[in-house]
Amino acid sequence: MIRFTHVTKHYPRGGPALDDASFHVNRGEFVFLTGPSGAGKSTILKLIYVDERPSQGEVRVAGQSSVTMTKHQIPALRRRLGVIFQDFRLLEDRTAEQNVAFALEVIGTSQQQIGPKVARVLTQVGLAAKATALPHELSGGEQQRVAIARALVNDPLVLLADEPTGNLDDRSTRGIFQLLRDINASGTAVMMATHDLALVKSLDFRTLELNRGKLVFDSGAQYPAPADEFDPPVAGSDAGAQPDAQPGAQPAEPPGEAGAAGDVGEAGEAGGAVAEGGAP
Amino acid sequence: MKLALREALRAFSRAPMLSALSVTTIAFSLFAFGLFGLVALNLRSALAQVEERVEVRAFIAEGTNPEATAAAVGDIAAFPEVASVRLVSEVQALERARRELGEFEDVFEAGILPASIEVRLKEGFRDPTNVRSVSRRLEVYDFVDDIRYGEEWVEKLYKLRTIATAAGISLGLVFALVAIIIIGSTIRMAVLARSREIAIMRLVGATNGFIRAPFLVEGFLKGLLGGLLALVLTWVTFQFVGQYVVQATYFDARLIVLGVLGGALIGLLGSAVSVGRHLGRV
Ligand SMILES: Nc1ncnc2c1ncn2[C@@H]1O[C@H](COP(=O)(O)OP(=O)(O)O)[C@@H](O)[C@H]1O
Ligand SMILES: [Mg+2]
Repeated sequence: MIRFTHVTKHYPRGGPALDDASFHVNRGEFVFLTGPSGAGKSTILKLIYVDERPSQGEVRVAGQSSVTMTKHQIPALRRRLGVIFQDFRLLEDRTAEQNVAFALEVIGTSQQQIGPKVARVLTQVGLAAKATALPHELSGGEQQRVAIARALVNDPLVLLADEPTGNLDDRSTRGIFQLLRDINASGTAVMMATHDLALVKSLDFRTLELNRGKLVFDSGAQYPAPADEFDPPVAGSDAGAQPDAQPGAQPAEPPGEAGAAGDVGEAGEAGGAVAEGGAP
Repeated sequence: MKLALREALRAFSRAPMLSALSVTTIAFSLFAFGLFGLVALNLRSALAQVEERVEVRAFIAEGTNPEATAAAVGDIAAFPEVASVRLVSEVQALERARRELGEFEDVFEAGILPASIEVRLKEGFRDPTNVRSVSRRLEVYDFVDDIRYGEEWVEKLYKLRTIATAAGISLGLVFALVAIIIIGSTIRMAVLARSREIAIMRLVGATNGFIRAPFLVEGFLKGLLGGLLALVLTWVTFQFVGQYVVQATYFDARLIVLGVLGGALIGLLGSAVSVGRHLGRV
């Protein structure tokens, strides 16, 4: 579902923020992104939601390639992703439910659909009772729940969380983290950037560790992508862009991983992504 | 579109001070431009009034057959440059002179003022070249003694007119440019104040058109309000000047509509440019 192939990112000023990183994330996975501040965690997430483009290499997300994606394909991709941040990024002058509804309104969701969707997702994050509260009337943890609700309201393939507990006390941190696990348990992949090593060590989740832009450890690397997890190159276009994705060159998929069934689902959902639909 | 309008109105109500400030700034920029326009307009009409007096006078020799002059008047009236032709008889000329120079009336005796043909020219033919060409064609008539049209005066007037037009256009452009720059930067401030909304819209996958729409509506409304306010300001100033200084002309309906719509258009374009900068990334 997400695949980085030899991705390097240089910002206009400064050295490489990400240096030749290759990894993949399957549907339904829970992945920690760890590393000290400045290691490149946020950069990886930004590359996924196409706030930045790679300087070298290829980023594939939900069947779209950073190499071939045009500017006006970005909004459609972002609608299939949810993103949350350390600073919540809510609109201060709108209530919790208005903040969530805003995300639907601006992508043209019809008014009748918005009400039930917002109610459902606020219930999911445990904030139904505070739907009409303004952000400043909510605790940090509750504000992050609103942000999560907004990120979830379009049923994303993956929730990208950039230090989601960075501004929270221990109690709220546990609550938010439990919520992310629940969300993951219901089938949504979660990628969470954090420098809270204690949290990461205490759990046996897949961990990508970064240091100064280099991917120094991937606890899931022993489980490579199933051959059909990624769309084969579109004939004649980006053939050879991902030489390590050749079917047969990969070890077999380990049992228990999000399997082929999920990928079929993805191909169906991808809609415009012809490459996936045509996968053998 | 409904959403865009709602979001635009929301921006007004959430930040009334900032909105009022941008509307006022737009209004004063357009007001300054409008005042300049009023001055230019009135100078133009004053000049036009003076120009109307440009005339060519052909003096007729004594004892000319009235039929000949009458025929000539008919011919001259058919010249393409000519607006009107008038025959002033000896008697009329004397009467006029007496009227105009009342206290010297004794000086005049019958017969010393010649009859004349007075030719007024159409607008656009009052420049030295055309005036000269008409007077040359009047010279052709045998009975014409002398021709006067105040050569020097016509030339000066023409120069003045050329200079006034050039100055008007260039100053007008400068004023318009300054107004656009000022309005553009206020709108940019308004867009900047809402960069959070823009960032969230981008994040959740709103298309650029969707992001732009509320700002375009907002910019248009601000420009429109600013334009109307500027209209009120110029009208008040105009009334004041009319009462205490000089009677002047105001914009006609066409110019009013043009000015206000111009304000709205600047607001719209200013917003489009400012939001475009936000959207230009990635
Ligand atoms: N927009 C940017 N422009 C220039 N340098 C940046 C930008 N964003 C991040 N960087 C640099 O890239 C490196 C990685 O940053 P980031 O991905 O934000 O790290 P992390 O999220 O792990 O703290 C840092 O050295 C940072 O200074
Ligand atoms: Mg970061």
